[in-house]
Amino acid sequence: MPATKFTPSIISRPIYGGLTPHGTVPALMLASGPGGEALLDLIAADPAVLPHATVIYIPEGSDLGPRLEAQGPASYVEAASYASILPRFRKLLAEAPMNTRLYLAGTEGLIGQATAEALAAGMLLEAIEAEHRGSLARRMQCVHCKGITEDVTTDPFTCSHCGLSLFVRDHYSRRYAAFQGVCVDAETPGEVPPKQEIKA
Amino acid sequence: MSAQMLRVTEIEALSPLVKRFRFEHPGGKKLPLFSGGAHVVVEMPDGDLLRRNAYSLISDPQDGSGYEIAVRREDGGRGGSRFMHSNVGQGDTLRISTPLNLFSLDARARKHVLIAGGIGITPIIAQMRQLLRMQDRFEIHYAARLRSEAAGLRLLPRLPHIHSHISDEGDRMDLGAILDRQPIGTHVYTCGPEGLITAVAQCAARLGWPRGSLHSEVFLAPPPGRAFEVTLAKSGRTVTVGPHQSLLEALEEAQVEIDWSCRGGACGRCETDVVSCHGRIEHNDHWLSEDEHSSQTKIMPCVSRFRGRELIIDR
Repeated sequence: MPATKFTPSIISRPIYGGLTPHGTVPALMLASGPGGEALLDLIAADPAVLPHATVIYIPEGSDLGPRLEAQGPASYVEAASYASILPRFRKLLAEAPMNTRLYLAGTEGLIGQATAEALAAGMLLEAIEAEHRGSLARRMQCVHCKGITEDVTTDPFTCSHCGLSLFVRDHYSRRYAAFQGVCVDAETPGEVPPKQEIKA
Repeated sequence: MSAQMLRVTEIEALSPLVKRFRFEHPGGKKLPLFSGGAHVVVEMPDGDLLRRNAYSLISDPQDGSGYEIAVRREDGGRGGSRFMHSNVGQGDTLRISTPLNLFSLDARARKHVLIAGGIGITPIIAQMRQLLRMQDRFEIHYAARLRSEAAGLRLLPRLPHIHSHISDEGDRMDLGAILDRQPIGTHVYTCGPEGLITAVAQCAARLGWPRGSLHSEVFLAPPPGRAFEVTLAKSGRTVTVGPHQSLLEALEEAQVEIDWSCRGGACGRCETDVVSCHGRIEHNDHWLSEDEHSSQTKIMPCVSRFRGRELIIDR
């Protein structure tokens, strides 16, 4: 699957520049699903990124794991989900030296959460490379109950925490790594517009 | 530039070449607080000349009872530091600007590494006081040539994370060893000679550090040069800049209104558009970009000079 192209209309959405290799420095590589292909492309572009690389891969049904492991990074870990690998990711960040590069590839939710985590650990944005591959689904925060609903593909959608019908706003928060969802029928309860598929 | 008259209440020799000056409000009023890395501009009425030099504050940023600076006597300099050493006595009053910080600590840092060469220790002293108060993680590396000249030794507490390197005693600062294996979230602050700042930048680049983690400050004294003429587009007047004068000083002497702050090519306040340039601008600042330098469309009057047939500036 090729790199995901966005319409340029949403100004608060981060622009992911794609994975550019930075040579033989310590590297943390974190990818999910089709994002594994972006890592394979990166390694093919410059194999020098591998000897000091820790690769974390969340397959999400994809079969790229064995190919990634066969590239021979310094270490390779497969994880069931981002949540399950978070403690390990945090430990790797805490122990990382200043010249570490972070390569992220996969869904916007994964990139956003891992970026926020790395920034909180003191990493600079310029040390983070990201490439969006795969689903256009959005990670949404309900502005009312503050709960996060993952993988939202329709507008409006139902908050998985408080059950409100939420309008998908084109308003992205880097801090929460989520778009903001606002109650769509606050003034006319029950009048919820028909669901549409999110296409950007 | 806001400023107030302050009284010199203490003068202390920190080394044969460096004196510490303390300024307090004559009426005992509290002075505005500042942040570590800030500087003030001291005005020195020296005969017909009004000298203005920027000095980093070394006192506690949270202490408004006074401001302290440390001045190294530069015998080959333009005369400001000689004036401070020879003409200023306890009880004198001098006009001191409100502090301004072009070298502040980065609030994103998880750890601060402060590197100073020689008199470059001064802003780092105030940064250290701020870090001690905030209980932030830091280390200091201070390099000097001779122990007897190392004024910083008198200002730095003895702590295991504060290191002094006296090169005359065979202890040279090893930048590679300092920067290698620092954890992510480290920010480096360098103050000292240009060579030290360049060496830190090169070492960090070689190790693969992101550039945004490097901070530095170098105050330039306006370099001397040949006298030159500048035409002012707004009045059509021509001013002559003397060999030991800066363009900014020549403009001030000609009563041309111009805003300024650091007077050392770092802050950008006196940036001036060039209307036409037949010749070469000798850019000495750290403010304009390389493109702006090469296009000769802007000049920093505080430190930059001109050689050629004609320079017209938008003043």
